[in-house]
Amino acid sequence: MWETLTGILGPAEWQAVRLSLRVSFWATFLSLPFGILVAYLLARGNFPGKQLLNGVVHLPLILPPVVTGYLLLLGFGRRGPIGGFLETVFGIVLSFRWTGAALAAAVMAFPLMVRAVRLAIEAVDPRLEQAAGTLGASRIWVFVTVTLPLILPGIIAGAVLAFAKAMGEFGATITFVSNIPGQTQTIPSAIYSFLQVPGGTEAAGRLVAVSVVIAMAALLLSEILARRVARRVAGT
Amino acid sequence: MTLSVRLRHSFGAFTLDVDFEAPPGVTVLFGRSGAGKTAIISAVAGLLRPDEGRVAAGDWVLFDTAAHRWLPPHRRRLGYIFQEARLFPHLSVRQNLRYGAWFAPRGAAREDFGRVVEMLGIGHLLDRRPALLSGGEKSRVAIGRALLAAPRLILADEPLAALDDERKAEIMPYFERLRDEVSVPILYVSHSAAEVARLATTVVALQDGRVLRQGSATEVLGDPAVTPVGVRGAGAVLEARLVAHHPDGLSEADAGGVPLFRSPVAAAPGARLRVRIAAHEVLISRARPEGLSALNILPGVVQEVRPGDSHGAIVSIRTPAGTVLAGLTRRSVQALGLVPGAECHAILKSVAVAPEDVGRGGA
Repeated sequence: MWETLTGILGPAEWQAVRLSLRVSFWATFLSLPFGILVAYLLARGNFPGKQLLNGVVHLPLILPPVVTGYLLLLGFGRRGPIGGFLETVFGIVLSFRWTGAALAAAVMAFPLMVRAVRLAIEAVDPRLEQAAGTLGASRIWVFVTVTLPLILPGIIAGAVLAFAKAMGEFGATITFVSNIPGQTQTIPSAIYSFLQVPGGTEAAGRLVAVSVVIAMAALLLSEILARRVARRVAGT
Repeated sequence: MTLSVRLRHSFGAFTLDVDFEAPPGVTVLFGRSGAGKTAIISAVAGLLRPDEGRVAAGDWVLFDTAAHRWLPPHRRRLGYIFQEARLFPHLSVRQNLRYGAWFAPRGAAREDFGRVVEMLGIGHLLDRRPALLSGGEKSRVAIGRALLAAPRLILADEPLAALDDERKAEIMPYFERLRDEVSVPILYVSHSAAEVARLATTVVALQDGRVLRQGSATEVLGDPAVTPVGVRGAGAVLEARLVAHHPDGLSEADAGGVPLFRSPVAAAPGARLRVRIAAHEVLISRARPEGLSALNILPGVVQEVRPGDSHGAIVSIRTPAGTVLAGLTRRSVQALGLVPGAECHAILKSVAVAPEDVGRGGA
């Protein structure tokens, strides 16, 4: 299958597809634990600043993506406070690298992931968690043995949604890490570039087709997984 | 091990202020809804943090405001049986049963898994998921799950209230076995006089957040002041001993020298019985009734008359068999001239029996 794909796609297009998959995978994978934590805090927590956290998490959803990208550049660029720290202490550079594209994609996809997981947590009967507590489980154990298995379908749904969003992220990515072939040129950036040059429509069309296929496949996979998990969880 | 509970807590206008002891066996917290039963059990479980008080099982202190001690629920070693079974839907029955044992300390005295499964009759359900169980089966699994957590204290919050009468009859015997076979104190919340009569070793009657009366089931239910569920639910309990099964199908029991007859009881002669006489099943006659179909007529003396809700009243009558309560209209009380000291006869329309634990409490 890979040969057929690489045969159909030109090397530049193939590069963009591979880069997009890599960026989206890491964006989803690394933000998932934070997404679950934030969703849990928002669903079950009761602390000052909860509304503020809620607002900050949802900000990328309502801000223009270019603004989010610019804010990332300010904060995580080499001269930015966080970017500078990461570079001097850990040697991690984000600006104009694929890692930065992953960060931009993760930030943009975060609200969708949190929302899906939060809804799943809110659907869990807190009396079950209470029962687990009386049986000797500490809060962390209650979460691991009761809450987490029960919200697994929601986590899968949130992860797939975040992956799809990451695959399609354009505005924040191009602002933060630009559009460098092989480094930061994801599928949407590549489509945009192809459309800027004469005769690029065909390559753009092929990438559009690939995007559609990946999106549909992800959706289908998540439906199947979520249904299977839901059945197992409900015990029917 | 005895559980001692002293609590004070304000919820707006309502104040809970109780102090009682729960010896081994079943201690029933008895009262109408709003009397504070659930608040007490929540505080003992650590789900509610009271303003002030102390809860200790023997020398093991769960909570003490004076000593600034507060154990979170998961460190209180509880077996909490909820009204709804609250089984974990994603785990099999076996995993539900084993859940608590996993968190219990290594050296803790444990119930044997096989014995509990056998006692509750849930062996054939072990590999099923809770969603596929009937209401009665869920309750039994919930009891087992609490029991297998190696608890030092069992709490049951109206565990039968959500079940229909048939299921109640199915589950009640398991609580009797729990009372007779498990050595930890059991705190049991109920507003059903029938459950109290059948299960209670000790009764703590509650009203408006205070302890109205505390004692054995016979003492507390025979007190006309204790009618927390109104005249309809009132009823005294008599201790009796099964004497014989007669060829005409009736069983004869002896209560303080007075014979009581009723439909067959599934127990051997000599067995101790708890007989519950519902107040609305008792008629009163001043003269010894003649030509009456009722078999059980107890001579006695009026002890106390207590006006109940609207037109009703509760009359307590001291008989050789023990104290009996009768629910009458106030008009009848007046017409018959029932005042303390008046001689009368209590006519029992029906006699409900629960097998009493044989062997406990001697005699």
